[in-house]
Amino acid sequence: MANDPISQFKITKLVPIEVGGLDLSFTNSSLFMVATTAVVAAFLILSTSGRGLVPGRWQSVAEMSYEFVANTLRNAAGNEGMRFFPLVFSLFMFVLIANLIGMFPYFFTVTSHLIVTFALAMLVIGTVMVYGFAKHGAKFLKLFTPAGVPPVLYILVTPIEIISFLSRPVSLSVRLFANMLAGHITLKVFAGFVTSLIAAEGLGIMGPVFSILPLAMTVALTGLEFLVAFLQAYVFTVLTCMYLNDALHPSH
Amino acid sequence: MATTGAETQHDSSTHAVIEIPADEHSVGTFPPFDGATYASQLLWLAITFGVLYWIMTRVALPRLSGILEDRRDRIAGDIAEANRLNDESNAAIAAYEQALAEARNNAHKIALDTREKLKADIDRRRAETEKGLSEKLAQAEARIAEVKAAALGNVSEIARDTTSELVEALIGKAPTATELNKAVDTAMK
Repeated sequence: MANDPISQFKITKLVPIEVGGLDLSFTNSSLFMVATTAVVAAFLILSTSGRGLVPGRWQSVAEMSYEFVANTLRNAAGNEGMRFFPLVFSLFMFVLIANLIGMFPYFFTVTSHLIVTFALAMLVIGTVMVYGFAKHGAKFLKLFTPAGVPPVLYILVTPIEIISFLSRPVSLSVRLFANMLAGHITLKVFAGFVTSLIAAEGLGIMGPVFSILPLAMTVALTGLEFLVAFLQAYVFTVLTCMYLNDALHPSH
Repeated sequence: MATTGAETQHDSSTHAVIEIPADEHSVGTFPPFDGATYASQLLWLAITFGVLYWIMTRVALPRLSGILEDRRDRIAGDIAEANRLNDESNAAIAAYEQALAEARNNAHKIALDTREKLKADIDRRRAETEKGLSEKLAQAEARIAEVKAAALGNVSEIARDTTSELVEALIGKAPTATELNKAVDTAMK
């Protein structure tokens, strides 16, 4: 159990709920989703409660995250993109905090489940499609006929554009899911080497000595995983902004 | 790169899971691909993310943007105020420099005037003094000439008397006045 790198992703029911044969239990995953929301909300509300003209440490971090997401969105989608700011900011904070909470030992990583990242990706793509058609109508389909391409090539270009559009939710969700999953498995595997080397009977005194190597690797990987936790949240946000830009300006 | 890592890990670990006897509700599938948990995850994700979105739009983001807006306004206001004060101080410096230049000009003019006045005064007094002196000089010169003329007149008389006395002593006979005058005049030339 301790050395099984998969058990950390197991979902256990905390409060079993079943509606019409559908299992809607409150699980450990649900608990950490609630924790993520609670941490984000508490952090942003408490840090800004002073409304300081000169920000303190926490308020400054809250302002930095605001400006960071706002700049990312503005660079990708222009000032009109700011209408999606609450969505993009919520996505960034949710993914970032979920990833970071997952870094604590024994904690569950919400974003290591494909269905969660896929749902978030579909939320983005759904927003792009709904807003795109609502604002531009049929002109939104210009997305698949890039300007400056000879009409003959549309036979070739349009299917490629459609495939690339359809693969977006897949790549968006799989990228985040796979990074979190792989990172946590790797950490668990190397950390497991430490205990198995110490416990190994054939090695005697050399077991604990050799175990330093996987321990050092675990420490290094933990640092890397914190980077990945932030980077994947950022990548998710940047791609979201770029897709939203398509909804705002379909003819690229 | 991470993806391929995940796949290999996934492959090897799936076997591990299958070998280990499953606990109560793990049906032996890899947890992220266990469809039985999807409904619950989707529901709770919708609830928590919905709540998060609601809190962001209602409380957190208006407050943050308000703080940033206030700061931007305050900074812009302060900069405008600083510019105004700067302009004022520049104007004050210009006024001060102008006043200084005027005062310097005035001082220069007063000095010049005073010098002119003093010079005129000195010249006038000098002229007066010189005039007085030259008058005195002329008087003195006239006096000297008078004394000199008088003295010169006495000289020919003394010469004649002396000559008459000498001639009388030498030859025993006094010369006539005509001879005497002639001889003295010739000798005095």
